[in-house]
Amino acid sequence: MAKIFAVTIIVIAILSAIPILRHTWWMAPDISTHGAPIDEQMSETMAEAGISFLASQILLAIFIWKFSQSKPGEKIRSFPGGAMTMVIGAFLLVGTEVLALGAFGAKAWASIYFTAPAPNAMPIQVQAGQFAFYFRYPGPDGKFGPLHPDMISEASQNVYGLDIDHDPDAKDDIVTAEMAVPANREIHLLMHAKDVGHSFFVPELRVQQDFVPGLDLSIHFTATKVGRYEIVCTQLCGLGHYNMRTYLSVLSQQDFEDWLKKQAASQ
Amino acid sequence: MATTIHEPPRIEERRHPSPISGSGNGSGRGLVPAGGNLRSVQEYAPPPASTGIWVALAAITMSFAALTSALVVRKGGAPDWRHFTLPSILYANTLVLLASSVTLEISRRRVATFMGGLRSRVANPARWLYVTLSLGLLFVAGQYAAWRQLSAQGLYLATNPSSSFFYVFTAAHALHVLGGLGGLARVIRKLNQFVLRRSTLDATSRYWHFMDVLWVYLLVLLLMKL
Amino acid sequence: MHDMSAHAHVAHHAPPTSFIRKHIFSLDHKVIGKQYYGLALLAVFVGMFLSWLMRLHLGWTNLTIPGLHLLSSNGAPGNVMTPEYYLQLMTMHATIMVFFVLTTAPFAAFGNYFLPIQVGAEDMPFPRFNMMSFWITFAGFVVLVSSFFVGDGPTLGGWTQYAPLSAVGSVAGPGEGSGVVLWAISIALFCVGQLLGSLNFITTTLDMRTKGMSLWRLPLSTWAWFITSVMGLTAFAVLMPACILLILDHVAGTSFFVPSNLVISDQVQPHSGGSTLLWQHLFWFFGHPEVYIAIVPGMGIISHVLIANMRRPMLSHRTLIYSFGALAVLSYMVYGHHMFVSGMNPVSSIAFSFPTLIITIPSTILVLIWLGSLYGARLRINTASLFALGFISMFISGGVSGFFLAQPSIDIMLHATYFVVGHFHMVMGVAAMFGIFAGTYFWFPKMFGRMMNETLGKVHFWLTFVGTYCIFMPFHYLGLAGNVRRYQAFVVDYMQPLVPVHRFITVAALITGAAQLIFLYNLIHSRFWGEPAPENPWQATSLEWSTPSSPPPFDNFGGKLPVVYHDPYQYGVEGSTGDYVMQDSPEQIETVRDEG
Repeated sequence: MAKIFAVTIIVIAILSAIPILRHTWWMAPDISTHGAPIDEQMSETMAEAGISFLASQILLAIFIWKFSQSKPGEKIRSFPGGAMTMVIGAFLLVGTEVLALGAFGAKAWASIYFTAPAPNAMPIQVQAGQFAFYFRYPGPDGKFGPLHPDMISEASQNVYGLDIDHDPDAKDDIVTAEMAVPANREIHLLMHAKDVGHSFFVPELRVQQDFVPGLDLSIHFTATKVGRYEIVCTQLCGLGHYNMRTYLSVLSQQDFEDWLKKQAASQ
Repeated sequence: MATTIHEPPRIEERRHPSPISGSGNGSGRGLVPAGGNLRSVQEYAPPPASTGIWVALAAITMSFAALTSALVVRKGGAPDWRHFTLPSILYANTLVLLASSVTLEISRRRVATFMGGLRSRVANPARWLYVTLSLGLLFVAGQYAAWRQLSAQGLYLATNPSSSFFYVFTAAHALHVLGGLGGLARVIRKLNQFVLRRSTLDATSRYWHFMDVLWVYLLVLLLMKL
Repeated sequence: MHDMSAHAHVAHHAPPTSFIRKHIFSLDHKVIGKQYYGLALLAVFVGMFLSWLMRLHLGWTNLTIPGLHLLSSNGAPGNVMTPEYYLQLMTMHATIMVFFVLTTAPFAAFGNYFLPIQVGAEDMPFPRFNMMSFWITFAGFVVLVSSFFVGDGPTLGGWTQYAPLSAVGSVAGPGEGSGVVLWAISIALFCVGQLLGSLNFITTTLDMRTKGMSLWRLPLSTWAWFITSVMGLTAFAVLMPACILLILDHVAGTSFFVPSNLVISDQVQPHSGGSTLLWQHLFWFFGHPEVYIAIVPGMGIISHVLIANMRRPMLSHRTLIYSFGALAVLSYMVYGHHMFVSGMNPVSSIAFSFPTLIITIPSTILVLIWLGSLYGARLRINTASLFALGFISMFISGGVSGFFLAQPSIDIMLHATYFVVGHFHMVMGVAAMFGIFAGTYFWFPKMFGRMMNETLGKVHFWLTFVGTYCIFMPFHYLGLAGNVRRYQAFVVDYMQPLVPVHRFITVAALITGAAQLIFLYNLIHSRFWGEPAPENPWQATSLEWSTPSSPPPFDNFGGKLPVVYHDPYQYGVEGSTGDYVMQDSPEQIETVRDEG
């Protein structure tokens, strides 16, 4: 029984590692300028975690195999070096390992979150509500009109609560249900929630950020590869959560301008 | 594997007198003979009640710490916080509660003397406990009056975060004081039945004094933050 | 021999005679322990049944499940589950499992039964509190389950109940009205129950130890329960007021957690200025220690079980205890890692990341000591030891994924995906369950006086061990591919190709779940028809095996408390009875000592 158990553990450990090594299921390719350190950190961590995983499982299996066979009367023996070796080993090996991971990880995090958006970054606003995202472009005047929550009305399509009749800044604002950005241009995304908590997740863009009701948050990123990607909500927001999604189109500068014009015309 | 001959265990004796009646059976727990000789009431605090009360106080501290941090966070991020003056009756209530601790200490000494068998010097050890109990009730009534004063000003639970926190803190404290009053009532009952243990009285007093400290802390907190 | 009166004044109550006092409102810690076990057993099968329904729905979204409309006519019209009903089942599955199974079984059930016996006491010091602890917890369970039958069903907000979804009322969705209120009442009751239990556990460990039982002579299981009860005392004391504030936001119109100007169904909500992150901070301050509340008792139990079956003590008794303690302390410093992408100050993310990474050090020490102690052991293979070894394997598998989630930069990719679900199911779900199983197969003879069936036990083990790997390993792959959790169906373009993986998991879950029926059968059959158990079937050394009968008599030790002469695990010695010496045996031996 012990031998079968040992073999089972090893087989499971190896089978578990294969899809990881072969990248059968893996992160979507990165299309952002800030994603490289994340991917690198992921690979480093995968290597270290994978080695720890395989080594400990195989050691467990070997010991089960070996030490369940002792004959009656045989004296027990102790691991050479005893517990002190374990403690020192854990501190040295794992301690340095995790501190190194932590330090590099913190650097990667800092490069994303501790930098301000460039002054010429393009502002886009996103509003999350049950169960849709809406985006707002400031229009030719470059200014967002103020929001009036009491004027929000799904029925009259005023999802943002804009007062077009009285606010000149709001007049040329362009509200869309899908997001489009020009490639290689930094985007400053201004986020707010209309009702409950939501989240903005685009795996290819290496971006995930919660919408926190009552807080205005912002992130900034640059997409490098033209294409159409999916934006999904990752914060449980109610019965339609699974279907709260839209698309992000990364376009060339020309295509983007055409798209924006078309959107403006249909307002 | 080191080879050492095992030493016999060092056994720490605890100083507990043997209970008088040999086999305890539930209610009286074998502490007092049927005759009710007071000399036989347990003199020494058994540790569980004393440890237990500290553990309970730690948990209560934790809960109020959580509420305090909630207040700090909620106030920090909100433009809607409205200040209001605390009802003046709270200060009178504070004095009442502090006085109750004093009377409880007096009664604790008297009961100790009483348990020591010097009964002639103390006519009725429960008297000061009744005073403490009344002061405690007066405090709770005073807190209720404070609520009435606030609601007369139009400040209800949901009016403003500051009033919300006021009601939550005072209600949570008042509930704990009511629990303490229950404990005091139990002490009086046991004393009258001659089955009071010193540890029960000590634990109850510790809890009661803690309610004082907690209230003074809350008063200062509310004064500073509301 | 010894002076019985030393402890006679505490908790010395005579055996009750009426049925109600004996079996229902009992003050006996052993009966209360069994009641907790029964509650956990009921809860785990309810929770597992819910997970079956969920898994079926995730594999085949439009599947007709015969009879489902009987459970909820709104939730499953025409026997097909609605999206909201899926979320309601999910929330209930998580709440039931985390609170009423993973906290009650390894901690409250086994702890109540064996902690007083292992310290050599007749009972807990506050038996009435102990009884209240169980019945309040039970009331919490009834309130929780009642939400299935009240209003528009249970809450769908997930076990974390993030505000404002949980705080604005039924306008936010089905179950967000009465469902949330019942949930919060249930959890507040649960907190009270566990606070009373922790009070008893701590006091018993500190004050009720018998003669010669120093703190270091306590078995590892007792240490684990003691440390867990300290965590429980602080964590549940924070969650309870948080639940009360949540209830007030609902029923009294306060705004603790609901900010201004929320618009739901075109209506501006009548709340102002609340902080949604406040709920997250309060919840996770409890929530992370809760993970350790679920797993530390399991660590203690499997160490205890393994030692008896390795026929040798662990390499270092004290290092294991220090590691449990380190986990407990660190568990309060890491909770912010649940909030890396929540909009919390990004500096805090780094501040929370390092303690989270450092917590791997005590965890690694634990694993290394378990492995190192296997070296040179005389391992006995039985169902209990198989589950204990399985625990180690699961703990390793679930632990290494923590490396990823501890780092905020990687968490950007893995937060709220199945990777997280895989991680916590493996480490606090399956590993903790393996601890419960190991404890059950090991202690059943003492609790019920009969042996469990070993053959059925081994079948149960194999199906469970392989089955849980088949279920939860793929979760990690799904997470890497960006599969978001808490989705009732995978309509997102890049998730559709992942549906076959979900179907594989569903099949594995159905089989593994069915294997638990074998366990249930074994439990019930052995309870009544199992072979009678001797007093010490495993030739183990700690005090629960010194009781004069199985199950132990009402006062545990038959009228005289034991005197302890030895460290808890004297195995591999030459004693008069074999290779072990009981803790209360006065014979002098060459003692097994720690090496370092």
